[in-house]
Amino acid sequence: MSAFKGRQINPKTFHKSQLKFYAVLIPLAIFMGLPIVYIFNHAFKPIDELFAFPPRFFVEKPTWQNFRNLFESTSLGATPMSRYLFNSIVVSLVVVVLTIIVATMAGYVLSKKQFRMKKALTEINTIALMFVATAVAIPRYFVIEQLGLINTFWVHILPALAMPVGLFLIKQFIDQIPDEMLEAAIMDGANDFQIYIRVILPMIKPAIATVAILAFQATWNNVEISDVFINNESLRTFAFYMSTLATKGNAVAGQGVSAAASLIMFIPNLVIFIFLQKQVMDTMAHSGIK
Amino acid sequence: MMKSKQNKIKYTSGWGTFAFLIPYFLMFLVFIIVPVIMAIFLSFTNFDSIQFPTFAGLENYVNLLTQDEVFMQKVLPNTLKFSLIVGPGGYILSFMVAWMLAQISHKPRTVLALIMYSPSMTAGIAMSVLWTIIFSGDANGYLNSLLIRFSFISEPIQFLQSPEHLMNIMIIVSLWSSMGVGFLAMLSGILNINKEVYEAAYIDGLSNRFQEIIYITIPSMRPQMLFGAVMAVVGAFQGGMIGVALSGSNPTPQNAGQLMVNHIDDYGFLRYEMGYAAAISVLLLLLIYSFSKVATKLFGDND
Repeated sequence: MSAFKGRQINPKTFHKSQLKFYAVLIPLAIFMGLPIVYIFNHAFKPIDELFAFPPRFFVEKPTWQNFRNLFESTSLGATPMSRYLFNSIVVSLVVVVLTIIVATMAGYVLSKKQFRMKKALTEINTIALMFVATAVAIPRYFVIEQLGLINTFWVHILPALAMPVGLFLIKQFIDQIPDEMLEAAIMDGANDFQIYIRVILPMIKPAIATVAILAFQATWNNVEISDVFINNESLRTFAFYMSTLATKGNAVAGQGVSAAASLIMFIPNLVIFIFLQKQVMDTMAHSGIK
Repeated sequence: MMKSKQNKIKYTSGWGTFAFLIPYFLMFLVFIIVPVIMAIFLSFTNFDSIQFPTFAGLENYVNLLTQDEVFMQKVLPNTLKFSLIVGPGGYILSFMVAWMLAQISHKPRTVLALIMYSPSMTAGIAMSVLWTIIFSGDANGYLNSLLIRFSFISEPIQFLQSPEHLMNIMIIVSLWSSMGVGFLAMLSGILNINKEVYEAAYIDGLSNRFQEIIYITIPSMRPQMLFGAVMAVVGAFQGGMIGVALSGSNPTPQNAGQLMVNHIDDYGFLRYEMGYAAAISVLLLLLIYSFSKVATKLFGDND
């Protein structure tokens, strides 16, 4: 009876008792992964395979034609596709960098300092985890209009910086840093800013990576901002362009181009996540709401 | 000991703290707090976005709950059905998958977790093109073609335009992409439970895996369970745009896939009845808040 069951959590090696889990997980993984495999295949199908009847799942003669068509296509006002893509890249990068800066600064103070509003601010940010931006799209429109942000580059950036889940994860992570480390730095004469740069930031890299991913995903996939707050094609993003492809009707020829665009939407998310997944898991260990 | 305490207090006050907080909380105030307060204010007015809002008291709420047939007969039941299946359904699915992943070794776990998580990266519009191809209403749609080939049906079904199917498809698509941040949090929570806790529990007479989950795993990762629950609730209410994206129209065919977020857009941006739309917004936020409160009751500290 020494085969102790509880040890099976996080096992080091394969054991045949794990087979039953694989039996459930692998079919599920296939179901979850299939649509993505499909997008990969569809994006590379030549026109005759897109039209093939009955439709086939896997591509037989892969081609770059759909991507070429996508890059050559122009939208209303003759804005080239590359412009949307360029906007998406710039906007996402700026949002990621600024989100990290504002969230780590606020997270440091909320976690390590004592001040009067501390508890209230932490509490309200936790409640704001439940905030759904689309629910208040209309008042948000008036606020953004009043601030003169309609049809500007900044409308992509500033609203995205208020990211409650980002601050939440960073603060939880900083909570794990022992106070003694900060006290030692204070003894050495470090000021707030030096502590933030030299002690806090290096110790919370996993949380920063996680927030970077979440901010990137939220911005890169965002259609609403280009749709509602911008009516100048040259300021809109790739996700928006993508959504116009999807609603332009279901012409099969357009499908290949749409699939190619979907793939371009998906790949950066995937690549970034693969590189940073270890950091994400480290951060998530501290994600609990207490 | 005393010394370090004093140090901390001395070092805490002042403008430095304020300067660190201001960038985030300014954005937070402007783009979250102010819109929510404005929504509450507008919900008590009549407002067509051109003339200044006029006070209407509870009229919008009364109309919403008594006059709006589409809301009471379609939108509210749809929203509850959608969010009750996608929220808890996605949540339980995430937990079970996370738990099973914790039972296998590191390398295959990483690969499988990545596959499970990847649909949530594509959340929203980006994938609607894919689903419209799969569920396309002509014989060229993948599902139709498959069903015809195996003779389940003889005529293609208009999946995305049919009131019977649209809601189910929305639910499947949303469940498919429901294993997001909450799922990762729970996976990591399970992996971080101290093994000695399990050992002690088995010595104390725990006898099977089911008891292990109920008495050890879930209580040990309550905070992650709660975080996952809040994410699941928010995801379920946020995912509403999918119906419009799939069917290509707002309102959706016979309001079959109409959820509260669509109803807000319909009244706000299409009919310019902003006060009324704001009342729906407030109701939606209250609904999300109360659902999350239920989750807190279930998973919060029991003391």
